[in-house]
Amino acid sequence: MEIIRAENLTHVYNLVDGGKIALDGLNFSIDEGEFISVIGTNGSGKSTLAKHFNALLLPTNGKIFVTGFDTSDENNLWHVRENVGMVFQNPDNEIVAAVVEDDVAFGCENLGIEPEEIARRVDSALAAVNMTAYRKFSPSKLSGGQKQRIAIAGVLAMRTKIIVFDEPTAMLDPVGRREILDTAQKLNAQGLTIIYITHFMEEAAVADRIFLMENGKILKIGTPREIFSDAAEIKRLGLDVPVAVELAERLRRRGFKLPKNILTDEEFITALKELKN
Amino acid sequence: MIDVKNLTYTYMEKTPFEKTALKNISLSVDEGNFLAIAGHTGSGKSTLIQIIAGLIEIKFGSVEVDGEPVKEKSARRNIGIVFQYPEHQLFEETVEKDIAFGPINFGLSESEVAARVDEALKLVGLGVELKNSSPFELSGGQRRRVAIAGILALKPKYLILDEPTAGLDPRARKKILSEIKNLHKLGVTIILVTHSMEDIAALAGRVIVLADGEILFDGAPRKLFAQEEILKRAGLLTPSTAALAKKISRAGFENFPLSLTIDEVEREILKMLGGKSKRA
Repeated sequence: MEIIRAENLTHVYNLVDGGKIALDGLNFSIDEGEFISVIGTNGSGKSTLAKHFNALLLPTNGKIFVTGFDTSDENNLWHVRENVGMVFQNPDNEIVAAVVEDDVAFGCENLGIEPEEIARRVDSALAAVNMTAYRKFSPSKLSGGQKQRIAIAGVLAMRTKIIVFDEPTAMLDPVGRREILDTAQKLNAQGLTIIYITHFMEEAAVADRIFLMENGKILKIGTPREIFSDAAEIKRLGLDVPVAVELAERLRRRGFKLPKNILTDEEFITALKELKN
Repeated sequence: MIDVKNLTYTYMEKTPFEKTALKNISLSVDEGNFLAIAGHTGSGKSTLIQIIAGLIEIKFGSVEVDGEPVKEKSARRNIGIVFQYPEHQLFEETVEKDIAFGPINFGLSESEVAARVDEALKLVGLGVELKNSSPFELSGGQRRRVAIAGILALKPKYLILDEPTAGLDPRARKKILSEIKNLHKLGVTIILVTHSMEDIAALAGRVIVLADGEILFDGAPRKLFAQEEILKRAGLLTPSTAALAKKISRAGFENFPLSLTIDEVEREILKMLGGKSKRA
């Protein structure tokens, strides 16, 4: 079932000042429960798009419907924000309270939810991100990955249907990166719709579909296998492909016969065994 | 040479928030080294580089730069430090003025400052035609390079970079890394703090791994990535190329070596398939 639809979604910054087109007439549809990755170079429009999912920005032209609500209708603002949570790049900018459980409760308190219900939600949100043991800690004592999971718990406690991650791992160490991607996948498996913006192609490769952006446009929408099958195109855009894709491509160029659309290390190794025999 | 001896540092001493960030650290960095420092968040990396750069006062231990204590101004001038997200520190109206800020404070002549601005721009791969642009009109990757140029204009002998590629897209990341590589070739000693195991594998001659304020490993990246136990304890992962190489060797190609870069993996595969020609 469709949960988000964009129709000619357009965003122009500084309209009065000549204007810079950040989103150039996007059309797409996202189903409930999908895991979507958005990739593209700096300045391609990814973060502008992210801010349209929960009406932090409104279209300067066209429309976006989130859980059926037109974001440009002011009366819908509440419904849109109830349904979409955001997780940004720097966890230090997202944490507001001095104790973990208070921070997780913050969003719920703003929604005016009963204290007993908030307590229940905080419990289950902390459990979902594997941070129950830290509920009484000061966030300042946590690692980057742990802080980011607290930010996710805060969103979960609000029971949104959609979570938008805008480069959530850019500042994290390798283990922190793994933790966040694992958490996003786990939540997706429980039915949440995930939109995940990243510069790390290995992270994008776990998505159901990838939106490939350039210059405010969506150039391509497809499965990771489809998107990464054209390694040359991806590189022309200034992006990268996963290691297995790159190596398979290099061997093909040297005349070796490998199956099309190799994406994972395992698939590459299977192909390697075939070659060796 | 940078010589660090028995460095111990504790934040908020004698308070309930007391935290020992560095525990008796000793290391030396020779001129011409390309050293990477890795470790999980909170492992002590940032404290260490700030002390080396003379920005935090030493309580226990010593840091000497070419034989001189780092608290001396003349010693500190040999060290340049590029912080995380250095573009947040840009403040001048034009690129030129921003890069010139440091050299002017060093008391250099006008003509020397102008020459250094041009040279620094060249080193980070930006054209002189950008000199009169506002830094805020540039792309994220360009802004970061302007910020790095501001440090290079001081001509540091030792250059410390804290996560210089965080948040950049792959193309901008590659550009900055190749410029750092080039600086190293030109003789600048590099200390690179990074979470990117790929960058360590591709660039560093030596890597120091910090965990909870102690040095867990000091040696060649190739040795580090062969030691799963240390990686695990330090919260690090094998770079994706080396991880693939390990999987290949586990999948029945026992002699497949631990390869660090994609070129290396390719070479090893070609060697392995050696007998099989294109026409096979």
